Amino acid sequence: MTYVFVFEVGLAALLLAIAVWTIVVRATFAAIVFFMIYGLLAAIVWVRLFAVDVALTEAAIGGGLTGMLMLGAAARLREIENSGEKPGLPMRLAAGMLCTLISAALGIVVFSLPDVAPTLAPMAKANLAQTGLGNPVAAVLFAYRAFDTLLEKVVLLLALVGVWSLAPDRVWGGVPGFRVYAQPSSILVFLAQLLPPIGIMIGVYMFWTGASYPGGAFQGGTVLAAMWLLVMIARLQPVPAISLRPLRLLLVVGPVIFIAIGLLGFVLADAFLAYPAGYSKPLIIVAEATLTLSIGVTLGLLVAGPPEWKTQQ
Amino acid sequence: MNSATLFGFCGAILVGLGLFGLITNPQLLRKILAFNVLGTGVFLLFGVIARRGAAAGLEGDPVPQALVITGIVVAFSATTMAVVLLLRLYQETGEATISPDDTSAGTDGSRS
Amino acid sequence: MTLAFDIFTVVAVSAGSFFFMAGTVGLLRFPDTMTRLHALTKVDNLGLGLIVVGLLPRAEGLLGALKLLSVWIFVQLAGAIVSQLVARVARREGRHT
Repeated sequence: MTYVFVFEVGLAALLLAIAVWTIVVRATFAAIVFFMIYGLLAAIVWVRLFAVDVALTEAAIGGGLTGMLMLGAAARLREIENSGEKPGLPMRLAAGMLCTLISAALGIVVFSLPDVAPTLAPMAKANLAQTGLGNPVAAVLFAYRAFDTLLEKVVLLLALVGVWSLAPDRVWGGVPGFRVYAQPSSILVFLAQLLPPIGIMIGVYMFWTGASYPGGAFQGGTVLAAMWLLVMIARLQPVPAISLRPLRLLLVVGPVIFIAIGLLGFVLADAFLAYPAGYSKPLIIVAEATLTLSIGVTLGLLVAGPPEWKTQQ
Repeated sequence: MNSATLFGFCGAILVGLGLFGLITNPQLLRKILAFNVLGTGVFLLFGVIARRGAAAGLEGDPVPQALVITGIVVAFSATTMAVVLLLRLYQETGEATISPDDTSAGTDGSRS
Repeated sequence: MTLAFDIFTVVAVSAGSFFFMAGTVGLLRFPDTMTRLHALTKVDNLGLGLIVVGLLPRAEGLLGALKLLSVWIFVQLAGAIVSQLVARVARREGRHT
């Protein structure tokens, strides 16, 4: 039993305790705060599993953005905080037994995984030099399984269209209703003036270094979205109306360039999203750059929500 | 037992916890929260599979890791849509709870 | 020389962890919001600072050391601003007595 293993046992126990508290605690605000802590602890667990790219994504999107989304929703649902009848004891016992059964089944599966694990790592490593990248996860995302990444970006856009379509007809094309704003002289305004330049630099750096080291377009795009949201909360920039043409252009530039590069693969190489030999790294970097920008704008608008007013307030 | 198996058990328990929260909590926002706990547990199971696939000088199989990154982003999109649907439901009907024992539902969303 | 660095790392990180623990005990045991914020500042400044300083000998080059220091600066910035905001809300809701 090494020291590291003792640390990991402690980490797993803490993660489980926080998860239990998130489910059980009565106040919704406390539950959301514990959920954000849960996301950050899960990011540390990902680092221990040697998946640093996933740790960055989990901390940024799983912990940070999801928590912010929930806090905004909880603020609007404050009046009905403790309504709804909790189910009776027999129902809870039945649910508990079902969940214990499922957990036990999954635990048995984990325990009986084959000793020699099937893995695609050798194949990924062998073809890494051909893609020109140094980060195998980036190679999987943008070279081996680029189609999945394209579809993922389209799913993000579809979710955004879905969020927008939930606005009443009369405010379609209007301004999203950010309910919580900073006071004009608040120190949050100071933070919104100080942090975004540094944050944008960090976001671009995370995307750029994702080619060789852990990082990538999604992680960098999330940091960009967070900076934009901070600026909008501090009222240093107005929340844009969703019918603005430049905004829609920024949203689609990522997927469109990605699809264009894919169609170029028909001409220059053999198949959709195939890269011609020697040009794979520049094409991937171009696709990732525009994708980072689009992801930043999309995530920011997803958190901002559906339109609530026709014109700027 | 090595660290991958430990975190695999952790993920399995998290799946059960999330499912329990999803079933028993009547408030819809708490259900969405529990659903995210469940999702993170599932991703941890993927992570265990990735860790066990460490070979050829890499510390983990990169393909499951990329799948998990995709999964986290798609889960966030689904959560956003769920939250916006919930807020719209609250706006229209003034309620945002579902009780498991509730068997009577009005045609326009009103519940007795 | 590396032995001296290792001893320095262990001592500094242990001192930082002590401040983390002290701040956490303060968070759990102090009676109201303002005193708890006061306890948490020890964690942000001294605790994390000592851990970062203790890890500096193990950083890879000047760039790695600068990244570690920037982590400390960002956490301090965030901690200071969030403490201000929480204290303002606590005072407005009359919870500071």
